[in-house]
Amino acid sequence: MIHPIPSGTRDVLPQETGEVRLITDTLRRVFDEHGYGEIYTPALEYESVLARADMAEARPAYRVFDETGAVLVLRSDMTAPIARVVATRYADSPTPLRFCYFAHTYRGVRPQRGQLREMLQAGIELIGAPAPEGTAEALTVLCTSLEAVGLKDFRIGVGDASLFPALMESLQVPQDYRDGLLQALVRRNFVELEHLLDEAGVSGEAAELLLDVPQRRGGPELLTDAPAPAVEAVTGMRRVYELLDPSVAARVIFDLGLIRNIGYYTGAVFEVYDPAIGAPIGGGGRYDELLGRFGRSLPAVGFALYVDSLHQALAGEERGTGALSELRTVAAAGEAR
Amino acid sequence: MSSALGLTIAVPRGALFGGTVELLASLGLDTEELRTNDRKLLFEDIGVVTMRPSDVPTYVEAGAADIGVTGKDVLLEQLAHAPGERGRDVYELIDLGFGRCTMILASKAGPDPEHDPALESLRRLGVMRVATKYPRIATRYLEETGRQSEIVEVKGSVELAPLTGMVDAIVDLTATGTTLRENNLVEREKIVVCTARLIANPVSHKLKAAQIDSLLQQLRALTAAGVG
Repeated sequence: MIHPIPSGTRDVLPQETGEVRLITDTLRRVFDEHGYGEIYTPALEYESVLARADMAEARPAYRVFDETGAVLVLRSDMTAPIARVVATRYADSPTPLRFCYFAHTYRGVRPQRGQLREMLQAGIELIGAPAPEGTAEALTVLCTSLEAVGLKDFRIGVGDASLFPALMESLQVPQDYRDGLLQALVRRNFVELEHLLDEAGVSGEAAELLLDVPQRRGGPELLTDAPAPAVEAVTGMRRVYELLDPSVAARVIFDLGLIRNIGYYTGAVFEVYDPAIGAPIGGGGRYDELLGRFGRSLPAVGFALYVDSLHQALAGEERGTGALSELRTVAAAGEAR
Repeated sequence: MSSALGLTIAVPRGALFGGTVELLASLGLDTEELRTNDRKLLFEDIGVVTMRPSDVPTYVEAGAADIGVTGKDVLLEQLAHAPGERGRDVYELIDLGFGRCTMILASKAGPDPEHDPALESLRRLGVMRVATKYPRIATRYLEETGRQSEIVEVKGSVELAPLTGMVDAIVDLTATGTTLRENNLVEREKIVVCTARLIANPVSHKLKAAQIDSLLQQLRALTAAGVG
């Protein structure tokens, strides 16, 4: 007998729960050692409250009416709810505030290749700690927690959400095209980026910069010869880098084109990569304006790890095989037949 | 799988195969076996895996290949369709220029060259029936141009569909227009020009940045020199 569950959701049975629990217990210990207190918030919130956060593509997708007719949503991340908690329950508390969470979030995705509608996230929010110190602390906790769970080959991509908009502003890209260009960059469609620049009448050195700068990624050497309009963002990255312990710094890949598809990021943004899995296993960044929207203006930074993806990456590293060697085995078996 | 380029490359069999192999050869890869053995799938020495073009984004997105070559038509067909849905998570790095063809809307030629049976059926019945192998591109195009349509997905020769009267028009890819003419069909509207694109896995794009950038540099030099 099959009673279906919605696609993009799943039942987690004891063996998997055991493995996931090992990961979350380790993360919880590391977060705790760094002074992050765990909090819970309701999975259901008022739509009008969460709408204060500019979530762009990650905005809540599931809505229900309660018995009074108010619209409730299933939260799509934990950053907005925690911003609400800080503004209401910690309105006068001294900062910085440190919170961590282990919570399911809900996204309206068409489930394909492992995209989940219900996703377990583990993360931290560091509130009231400006750049660069706050950013460096978040990166350090991120690195320490991934090392603690035993992930070996991960790297952290670090960019700045303000870089490309600043570049467009100073190179006087026509206002009408900026959104489209930003969207092309979010998808890293460099062919479309080039076409749009052409269409917008941006040419010569300006076009070259707008195409070249977001493709720059690599080590700290990247931060030395940035073009003038990018200097502010790049200087910010360098300040963070200088504060990092060498073991953390060695994990960082600077990526001047990194932009996340969530609207509230204002400065540094990060993504976590592991060669065992073809998509990021976590991400985060600075959101210095989000708290203000909820009534207590504070600089803040945080990250979330996608626990299921992290679990897959760990399993992939453990097998010591990339997706490709598996493919090779399958192909070899095919030829043998 | 490591190769001279340090990357695993997804290579499409079919129309784009020749151009891709030529490109790989001009990058200094030994493509002899790739050219001669069309049943083999994995060419480990040069880091190449071969597959049908529409599978290239799938393998690249999963990270089973770091980069790949595929047509813009394939990428457009796999783009996000419904709201909330996301397209393939691959980066489109460069327009390779070869494999140029056009996505068109065509219908049967009548005695009067101006008479388009598809438009007539839209006028009289409020809907046009369109056969295609590219249902998403066709649906999007007809929606964007404000016309009601009934999309019929076929897997084989699309030209047959209007000839048998099953549909009023087709949306298909054409390079020279010969097949259209041979089947008494006329191109009515150009939808989009498609060429071969180099795509990359988002994670490889970061973790193998040096290899990918050096490849891009060579490719730009080659395209500037008029190869490919």
